[in-house]
Parts: sequence; C-alpha cells; structure tokens
Amino acid sequence: MAKKMLIAEKRPDLLRFTMPLTALLAAMFGFVGGNMAAQPMLGALIGALVGCAIAFVAETNLMRRTQVRWGVIAVLAIAGLVFGNVGTAVSGAIIGAVLSWTAYWLATGAYGMTVPIYYTPAQTLWHNTFKFICGLIFFFLVAPLIPVMWLSFNAEDFFTFTPEMLNFQAEGYSLKHYRDFLGTDEWMVPLKNSLIIAPIATIISVTLGTLAAIGLSQSHVPGRQAIMAILISPMIVPLIISATGMFFFYAPLGNWLEATLGLSQSFVGFVKVILAHAVLGIPFVIITVTATLVGFDRSLTRAAASMGANPVTTFFQVQMPLILPGVISGGLFAFITSFDEVVVVLFVGSAQQQTLPWQMFTGLREQISPTILAAATILVIVSIMLLTTVELLRRRSERLRGLSPA
Amino acid sequence: MSDTTGSGPMLAADGRPLKESLGRALRRQKLRALALIAPLLFFVLLTFVIPIVSMLIRSVDNKIVENTLPGTVPALAAWDSTTQDLPSEDVYQNMFFDLFNASEARRHTRLGSRLNYETTGLASLFRTSGRNMDSIGEVFQDAIEDVDPRFEEGAFWFEMMNGAGGDAMLEMRRARWENLTEQDMSADIGFMPSQAIIEILPTTAAAYTDWAIWTVIDEEEVVSEEDPWEAVYAALAIDLRNPATGPALAAYKGPGAEALQTLAAADLPDLTFAQAFLDLDEDWADKEVWETIVVYSPNYTAGYFLNAVDAQLTPEGVSMRPDNQQLYIQLFIRTLQMSLIITGSCILLGYPIAWLLANLPVRTANVLMILVLLPFWTSLLVRTSAWKVLLQQQGVINEILVWLGFVDDANRLILMNNSTGTIIAMTHILLPFMILPLYSVMKTIPPSYLRAAKSLGATNWTAFWRVYFPQSVPGIGAGSILVFILAIGYYITPEIVGGTDGVFISNRIAYHISSSLNWGLAAALGTILLVLVMALYWCYDRIVGIDNVKLGG
Repeated sequence: MAKKMLIAEKRPDLLRFTMPLTALLAAMFGFVGGNMAAQPMLGALIGALVGCAIAFVAETNLMRRTQVRWGVIAVLAIAGLVFGNVGTAVSGAIIGAVLSWTAYWLATGAYGMTVPIYYTPAQTLWHNTFKFICGLIFFFLVAPLIPVMWLSFNAEDFFTFTPEMLNFQAEGYSLKHYRDFLGTDEWMVPLKNSLIIAPIATIISVTLGTLAAIGLSQSHVPGRQAIMAILISPMIVPLIISATGMFFFYAPLGNWLEATLGLSQSFVGFVKVILAHAVLGIPFVIITVTATLVGFDRSLTRAAASMGANPVTTFFQVQMPLILPGVISGGLFAFITSFDEVVVVLFVGSAQQQTLPWQMFTGLREQISPTILAAATILVIVSIMLLTTVELLRRRSERLRGLSPA
Repeated sequence: MSDTTGSGPMLAADGRPLKESLGRALRRQKLRALALIAPLLFFVLLTFVIPIVSMLIRSVDNKIVENTLPGTVPALAAWDSTTQDLPSEDVYQNMFFDLFNASEARRHTRLGSRLNYETTGLASLFRTSGRNMDSIGEVFQDAIEDVDPRFEEGAFWFEMMNGAGGDAMLEMRRARWENLTEQDMSADIGFMPSQAIIEILPTTAAAYTDWAIWTVIDEEEVVSEEDPWEAVYAALAIDLRNPATGPALAAYKGPGAEALQTLAAADLPDLTFAQAFLDLDEDWADKEVWETIVVYSPNYTAGYFLNAVDAQLTPEGVSMRPDNQQLYIQLFIRTLQMSLIITGSCILLGYPIAWLLANLPVRTANVLMILVLLPFWTSLLVRTSAWKVLLQQQGVINEILVWLGFVDDANRLILMNNSTGTIIAMTHILLPFMILPLYSVMKTIPPSYLRAAKSLGATNWTAFWRVYFPQSVPGIGAGSILVFILAIGYYITPEIVGGTDGVFISNRIAYHISSSLNWGLAAALGTILLVLVMALYWCYDRIVGIDNVKLGG
C-alpha cells in the first residue's frame, strides 16, 4: 500500500523547496553536533551541505527509496564512528534515517497527501506543524518510561547512565538488578504482600460493586443521586484525606479486633489494608459496570423469567455473560488501584503489610538503588498486559452491544 | 379519582384494585434495588464515610485538657486573668493532684505536647514538673510519718479509709481514670471509701481512692498490702489545714481516730502548693501558662483550624501568628497556584492530542490512544521514578544537555527538588485525565460544523474559535476540574521530586501524622482541603454529572 502512494502527481521543485528545507533540518542537526565540539556554526554549515546532497540524491533516485535511505544511514553512522565512538555512530544512524525520510517525504510530495486538495501552502504547513507538535506531546507521554527500562539493565549501582552503557559495550549491561529483585526478601516479601492484598480487595469490591451497580440501574431507586455520590466519593476525596481518616479510625478498630476476637496483629493489619483498598476500588467497579448496564436489554431478563428461570439462574446465565466485560475491566481497575496504592497503606499498614509500591516509595525517598528500576520495568510490562486486556474487553463489549461496526 | 370508573375501581387480575397492585409492585421493585445496593452502601459507610467523619471530629476535639486536668479546669473557672495576677492556692492544689495522677499514668507529656502547639515551652514544663510531683508529696509524707510511724503502714491506712457508703466517690474517681487513660477501669478493687472519712477528710479520701484504683487495676496489687503514694499524704495535710477539720476529728470515733487527732495537733510543714510549683519551675508563675490552659480547656476547640490558617486563640480573642511563624496560608496558596499551573499545562498539551484523536479515522485513533493509555495504566511510582531519573542533576536531561554542549558541566540545570520538578512530573502524570474527557466531548462534535463554517467563508482560525472551540468547552471544564481535584491532593510525586518548595498541603498533613504527631492539626488541614475538593466536586457534578465519568475512552 505504501508503495502505491509513494509519489504524488504534483511534486515540488527541488531547488526552491526540497533542497532548502532538507538543508535547514540538516543544518539544525549540524549545529547541535558541532556544539559538542564547540564549533556550532561550522557544524551547521557542514550539515547544510550534507542536507543538500541528500535532497539531491533523493530527487534523482525517487524509485530507489530503500537503497538510498540505507545508504545515507550507513554513511552517517560510519562518519559518527570515525569522529567519535559507538554512541555517536548510533546518533549518526538516527540522524541519517530522519534526514533521508524527510528528503523523500518532501521530494515525493507525500507531505501534502494527507490534506484536502484545496488547502493553501500555509494551511498545509500548519497541518504538518500541528502533527509535529502532537508527535512531540506523544513523545512527552511515553518517552519518560524508556530511560527507566534502559537503566534497569545497568551493571553498576548507579541511577545514571555509565559511559559503557552509552557506548553499547556488553560489560555496561547486566541483569543483576533483576536478580536482586527476584532473589531477595527485601523485594519478594512486598511483592507477595501486594499479591495477597490486591486480589482479595478486588474480589470484595467487584462482588459488592456489581450487585450495587445492578441495583442502581433499576428504574426506581429512591435517592439514587445521593447513593451514587457516596459510592463514588472514595475516588473524588484526595487519597491523603482518605488515608488520614482511615488512620484515625482503623487504629482503634484494629485494637478492638485484636482485643475482643483475639486475632493476631499481622492478620488484623492485612484486614485493615484490604478493607481500605477494597473501598478505594469500588468507584471504578460501579462506574464501569453501570456503563455496561446502560446498553443492557432488559427484555432479555424478562424473556428468561417467562421461560421459567429463577432470578439467580437468570443472573448467572443471561445477565452475567453480557456484562462480564464491564465487570472484568472494573475489576482490573480495582486491582490496579490496590496494586499501585501507597498513601493509604503507608498510613494504615505496618511493616508486615509492606507492599511493592511502598517499598519503591521508601527506596525512592531514601536509598537509591537501580533495583527499583527493575521493579518498575516489570510493572510497566504488567501494565501493558493489563491495558491490552482492558482494550480487548472494551472492543468485545462494544461489539456485543452493537455499538461499533465489527 | 382517575382510577375509578362508573363500575367501581379498576381491578387487577387477582381481584385487587389496580392502583394498590401497581403500588405494591413498585414498592417491591424499590426494595429489591435497595437490597442490592445496601451491602455496598453499608460497607462504604463503615470503611470510608465513618473514617472521614472521625477525622472531622478530631479536628475540633480537645477533650485531652479536661480529661487530664479534671480538677484544675473547674477550679480555674473562678480565676479572672484580667484582675488577678495568678490563680489561687486551690488551683495549684488541684493541679498537683491532676499532674500526679497524669504522671503515674504517663499522660502528662501528651497534654504538654498538646498545649505546646499553642504556647511553646509548655511541653518541657509539663514533662519536668510531672516527674517532680512525688518530691512535693514527699515533704508531707516525711513530716506525717515522723509524727506517727503508723502512717507508714498500708494496712493501717486501709483500715482507716475502708468502709461503706462511698459508692458515689468511687464511681467518680473511676470515671476520671477512664477519661485519663482511655482504658476500662471498672474491675472490682476490693476497697470502698468510708462515708465518715469522706465527710471529715474529703481530699484525702479522693486521693486514696485514686491510688487504690490505680494500684489494683494497673499495678495489680492488693490495696491493704501497699503503702499509699505521696499524693495521699499531701491530701491529708491539706485537709488538716482546713479549720473545720479539727473539731470534726475530735468527734470522730472510727478506726485511726486517735492517730488522726494527734496528727491534727502536730506541726506540719506550711509549704503552699503555689510555692512548691514555683520552686520546681518559675514558669508556673507565668500568667501565659495559666491563660493557655483556660483558653484550651473546653472540650471542643477551633484552635486547630485557627492554627491551620496561621491564626491562634488567645485570651484576647483570635489573632494572627507572627509573620515568621506563618506557613499554612502560603502553603494553601502555593498548592492552589501549582495545581492551576498543572491544569493549565494539561489543557495546553491535552487539547491538541484530543483534537487529533477525535478527528483521525477510528482505527488510527485507537492505536494512538494506546500511547495515552499506557502512561495512564503504568504505576504512579514507576512514572515518578522515571521523572527522578530524568530530572536529577546527574539525570538524563542534564546529561544530554551537557553532552551536546548547551549546558556547562558546572552549572547543570536544577530541575528537581523544587516546584519545576513537581509541575513537570505532575503534568505528565495527570495529562491522560485531561485527554480522556476532552476526547469524549470532542467525539460528539460533528466535523460537518467546521466544514459548514469554512464554506460560509470563515478562515480556519475563525471556524475553530467561533464554532469548534465553544463546543469543546464542556470537555475542558470536565478535564480541568478532574485534573485540579487530583492535583490538589497529590502526595507521592511532590514528596519525591518536590524538595522543600515544591511540596503541597498534603505533604504537610502527612508530616503532622507521621513525624510531628500533631494529629488535630493534620485533621484540620485535611478538613479544609476536603471542603475545597467537595466544592469542586459539586461544580463537576453540575458541569458533567458524576454519572458521566468515563474511564479509558
């Protein structure tokens, strides 16, 4: 598909358009590169010349795009290696890829193919600038996570890049922080606690939340607004306030449980944290499940009832399968809320209930060890998996309810 | 009535009137809905609403003063600080017994720290004085035991004090201990103050009962086998100073009568309690100390709230704290300012993205949406640590700038541990909360409106500003309030990247909970923040409706 729209019918002029613009971009790269050697102007000049050359090559070899682009990348990478080290070679390759892509994008007229035919040059320019700005914002959103993952393979106990890492030497990298994470109680106990607390809290919030959401979606609920406001409030009240309130109330509650029921201190601690996390997850379950129930066809339950099914059977056989995607994604939200929660567990829990985020928080505040980054990388991977699940569920739910075409 | 026809009320299939039958069905439906909601509602009330209410109560609760000084507080009511210089001897006597009991229960330091929030220096005054209450009592104990050695024996005391009819006194003293220690004090102690002694020696009976309760319940000893503590001797000396005691003792015939009569005739030290306190610490002659106790003696106080807005309660009324002690108003303003800046930057960055997503084909938009949702789903700690990696002095941004030669190695940018760091990191963290509501509003604006405007001759800018933008304002409102509410109560990120001048009011609350232990002030600050957020929440409900919150597009 990309091959077909390679060349626009109306292509811009080489000397008046493609070459100056490519040269301008290349000159910027040259300026930055020259700045490293304290020669920014010379760098810009060399950059401009290289840009002109690339634009010329692109213009004269429109159909040999792949070969030319790899050629440019290779030349600039080698130039980087000659003047610097592996790090500059990689930068050179990236700059080569960007420059050659730009040259072809301009030379083939692809830049004007996403806008309506009647756009003026100024409008086309704005359109592309806007897309570039959006690209930068997307970069801002996602890029901060990249150094974290990269640094987690650091061979040293530093929170910063070492020269070996920047030169892509094998001795600069290791898995020792992952071994630290997986092999020490310092991290495994909190992980275990998190994996005890989060699922139980999720089960409580999903069970109670789904029931209540079904109740709330009935047509006649007295005081619906007020009830909704109370049930949503744990999401709106700032965590620090919830934590303060729970700190005051849960301590005597815990003492009472220990004194009257004779439960162990550690068990009561877990109960307190689980209750606190369950209530924090409830708004998410309520919101997602009520949203799913909006599209639920009530005649289905009536049909089931008319065929002799009792309410419980109707619920599990008819209603539950249809609202299941909403329930699961609400549950995932509740899970991530608990799994990611620090403030409340910090105030309500004791050392025996130390969770993974708690351990990361103290780590970030006190002793800086890249093991935190290994933990962070694992958490990013987990969240990517959760995100994928939620997205798939959402699409399935929309398909089931006929909200989106296929 | 509309349900009646010419032939009588309309009937349902089972023969009941239709209206009644429908009403019953509706009622049953309502009950079923409520029954489904009830467990959760109960759960949320117990685990969330009650804790919040307990925080509200704690922000005005001030029972600790009256509970620790149950005798002094009523005695001080007679003191008029405007005309009299210092309280009367009666106040000092009550203070002696209250502090004596409090220091036995190790509660005097708590009261000291409570009052220290209002007047500095009271914490150490209460701590050191509480420790030395025994030495005041010993003066009297030694004198009394010199007159008659029988007063050294626990059994002698028990025989003298024990009797019948003192139920009222026993219950009152028990209640005082319960208030002071917040523990159950109702166990049987095997002692009952004698009514005869209560009439002749009221102070002694009270002090002995106090000691008896404490000895049995806390120290688990037997009353008749133990010597009473020093306060009881001091109480006896006080009673004997009363001119009415001598004649009453002369008529007394009960156990120990003869020893008491000898003691009444003997010469006991004439040390006043006012003088004794002054010898311990001359601050006890400071009017301000007593005024502070008077001002903070009610069970509920606005003191914490006044502290939370840099004011204080003095005998003359409410006044602002000195400039160098003001902190919280400035902190509230800074929290609001920074939340506003964060909200503003989120609008600035979120609007283009939401516009792009809403106007791209669904398939492309869904792919790009993942880039928005990925940080949204990533752990807050991960994103905060990412910003720590990026922003610190040896961090990625500074390293790149130095490498490229834009920043001198010696003058690296200070991006962290100040408000810049907090604003950058929190803008990144809260940006999805702006994009998602904006996107869902923009999705509903038909693109044909823009085209219509343009075909009528509007320029791009006019078409956007006059046609598109006004329709997207609800989205901006929803997103802004959401981001603002979240930003104003943030704790983790400012704590890690905020340093000292990038912190929010929530960090101060956490500090008072975990470090300074001034829980009342933490509760008051939390209550103010809660009111602020509730007002915003109400606006949010007005603009978007709480039912319309959507998650993940």
